[in-house]
Amino acid sequence: MISWRAIAAAILLVTAPALLAGEIPSDARRSGYAFMGPDTRAMQDDDTANPGMLFVLDGEQLWKKKTGSADRACADCHGDARTSMKGVAARYPAFDKDLGRPVTLDQRINLCRDNHQQATPLPYESRDLLALSAFVGHQSRSSPITAGDDPQLKPFVDQGRGLFMQREGQLNLACTNCHDDNFDKRLAGAPITQGQPTGYPLYRLEWQTLGSLERRLRSCMSGVRAQAYDYGSPELVALELYLMSRARGLPMETPAVRP
Amino acid sequence: MIHIAVLISASLACSASADELVPYTIVGDGIAVSLTGSSGDAARGRALVLARTTTCILCHSGPFPETRFQGDLAPDLAGAGNRWSASQLRLRLVDASRFNPDTIMPSYYRNDGLVRVGRNFAGKPILSAAEIEDIVAFLATLRD
Repeated sequence: MISWRAIAAAILLVTAPALLAGEIPSDARRSGYAFMGPDTRAMQDDDTANPGMLFVLDGEQLWKKKTGSADRACADCHGDARTSMKGVAARYPAFDKDLGRPVTLDQRINLCRDNHQQATPLPYESRDLLALSAFVGHQSRSSPITAGDDPQLKPFVDQGRGLFMQREGQLNLACTNCHDDNFDKRLAGAPITQGQPTGYPLYRLEWQTLGSLERRLRSCMSGVRAQAYDYGSPELVALELYLMSRARGLPMETPAVRP
Repeated sequence: MIHIAVLISASLACSASADELVPYTIVGDGIAVSLTGSSGDAARGRALVLARTTTCILCHSGPFPETRFQGDLAPDLAGAGNRWSASQLRLRLVDASRFNPDTIMPSYYRNDGLVRVGRNFAGKPILSAAEIEDIVAFLATLRD
């Protein structure tokens, strides 16, 4: 006897062939926004209350400011970010042909500084780098995430997926143990999210500042008592890439606010 | 030079001794004999379960009205002393993966076969033998 369940299951199999075991189907993907309380949501939704917007405003100034020995501003090449940067952050990390590997938005900003502005790189998590990446990311607000679509990225997405599935640290836990298998449950009273990186760099109330996805990943790694990968390491970039591809279709929220 | 060598060998000796776990014997589905040779202290065990550093309360809830921050990823600890004997509780703390290789419950008395353990934790079990015994003693008192 063919039940409606079997038919539904067959349809699901046919329509979602690319999904790997344990992965969250696209219509079930939920931003961290959906897991937080009304006060934090209101703070994100109101640009005058969202502390991340202060970084966006700083980033706008930096975008126009000439810097480096080339004495050139981002705007001198890219023009008005509202058009030139729209949707760009939703595609990052992106494949860099010269390097033959994916680079994050932070790394892209520093490559631009090095190659086109002849300026020194901005340190990871520095105010200026976060401000620039928040400003560029903000131009993609509401754009659906499409990172990882470039076929050249496939081996790096796979590497990131492998790291996501890998148990590590003294507590011997993988990202997937919480963020695929146990979202909606509570860890010490706080809801576990799906780990969808929709709003980075984001303002974290716990940090009292803006921070990158890499900072968040490193903090999870310390949480399971693992040796965190260095900022900009191929492993963190691959994880970031996998997470963005796993969030495919969700709208960007930069700068998001999270507890 | 000599001082440095002495310091290094001293620290190596130190970490080597920290690495050694008390041997234990699994009988059936438990470890019948105390890891320390004596029974634990239930009051200390309760404090350990509630301390976030032991990680118990992050996933488990229990009859602990004084704390709001309890997890629900794992079974409520209420009645644990009815469900399990001290011997079973001991093995579940020492190495829960024996019962289910996919469990998210860490093996609290293990120091090998782990990946990328943070520097401060490398070579050390999550809990000491004495802490395991205190927690076993406390959990055994949790009867409905």
